[in-house]
Amino acid sequence: MSTIFFLGYKTILVTMVWGISLLIAMYATLMERKLAGFLQDRLGPDRAGPFGIFQPLMDGGKLFFKEEIIPNDSNKFLFILGPSLAMFTACMTSAVIPWGPDLNLFGHTIPLQIADINIGVLFVFGVVSLGVYGVMIGGWASNNKYSLLGAVRASSQMISYELAMGLSLIAVLMMSQSLSVKEIVQQQHGINWNVFYQPLGFLIFIICAFAETNRAPFDLPECEAELVGGYHTEYSSMKLGFYLFAEYINMFVSSAFMAAVFFGGYNFPFMDKIANGNLLAILGVAVFFAKIFFFIFVFMWVRWTLPRFRYDQLMKLGWQILIPLSVINILLTGGAIMLKNL
Amino acid sequence: MYNISEVAFYGLSTLAIFSALMVVFSRNPVHSVLYLVVCFFAISGHFLLLNAQFLFVVNIIVYAGAIMVLFLFTIMMLNLNRESEPHKNIILKLAAVVSGCLLLLVLVAALKGAETTTAMPIDAIKDPNIGLVKNLGKELFTRFVLPFEISSILFIAAMVGTVMLGKKKLT
Repeated sequence: MSTIFFLGYKTILVTMVWGISLLIAMYATLMERKLAGFLQDRLGPDRAGPFGIFQPLMDGGKLFFKEEIIPNDSNKFLFILGPSLAMFTACMTSAVIPWGPDLNLFGHTIPLQIADINIGVLFVFGVVSLGVYGVMIGGWASNNKYSLLGAVRASSQMISYELAMGLSLIAVLMMSQSLSVKEIVQQQHGINWNVFYQPLGFLIFIICAFAETNRAPFDLPECEAELVGGYHTEYSSMKLGFYLFAEYINMFVSSAFMAAVFFGGYNFPFMDKIANGNLLAILGVAVFFAKIFFFIFVFMWVRWTLPRFRYDQLMKLGWQILIPLSVINILLTGGAIMLKNL
Repeated sequence: MYNISEVAFYGLSTLAIFSALMVVFSRNPVHSVLYLVVCFFAISGHFLLLNAQFLFVVNIIVYAGAIMVLFLFTIMMLNLNRESEPHKNIILKLAAVVSGCLLLLVLVAALKGAETTTAMPIDAIKDPNIGLVKNLGKELFTRFVLPFEISSILFIAAMVGTVMLGKKKLT
């Protein structure tokens, strides 16, 4: 494969993945409000266009044209760096997710994955662990005690739940014997999905994913009754928009990651019956996105159903329940693998 | 014409040295911590150049992602500034300079000629794929299993110590 071709299709793929993440994040805001409306027996936004379809554009436009306020006592550079880092880390994780089976076009095999690195899962963890910086830097640079408290809450929550998240994935990695996301997905061919072998691991993972994205019932960082607005109290205009938007991108990417690692990614039952490779690839992508949307729906469903946790309950759940449970899960998995190999 | 890994090496080294210097010279302790994070990234980049992908990502997760976040935490909560900083007298500063120079001397003397005589078994270094997860794991759990387990005891000791210090006094 020539270098030009390689660079060309990678560029197109990167642009597409980036654009689609932004688009889905944008329309996830509308979906969230519509769903909230449905669950609370009201209509939700319906003024801008049919069924409120232009609402995200209006919101985005409003945020861009609002007055931009940078507090005088803040650290200017870090104040701007905070939301930039939040967006940057949110967009980076999607690089290792395989979006579908290989396409065959013009005599070339085109993998629908930006980078198949052999440490894909660890890369995701690296990026997730860096996500804390956006929140912390933003909260501290605002020079406001409510922001600082919100930032400290958010980051201690994220650090605590990262541990249980990593431990719950180790059981999956023990079974797959690989750190490459592509290989993990390929092993779940057909309906041989990991969730059937690791139900406990999946449960722990999804709880931690809620906590990592700062979504309800773990949205304590922006607990308005106690903290005014959380770590983004001092932010206005599009900088605030970036923080809020990063949350939706994170939600999309973690849904994609869960779908890939636990729910078989682009695999679906009876996929061997389809002989045409390109048709299979397109169907695979469609199935993968259906799974992603299902998880995004679960995120929203939980948000509008469960009340917020208290802070000590949150820490207790993370450290005293989820981490021991995931260690037990690792031991059980290890035992099962040993029995199988006897 | 330089090749790409050479360019990357010099770029990363410059970045690492610059950020390491800025850690020492910045006035604001929060800036120091952030420069240290940049420095860790540059060093992780060197691991990538050596084809040690696992070390690269673990270095980022552990140092940049966990340890430096806790550092930042502490410094933000303490909110260090010039007034609250304890004033050191001139003799203490002089002693610090002298001992720093002595440390540099010892390090240079110890590392001089390190490229020819190494403590590591040679065949482990010769394998260019030693940095990949599978090979590194095999080496750690077969040949280096004793030092590996002993270092884990060190970590447990540190954890027990933290719990002891952090525990509220009952009575």
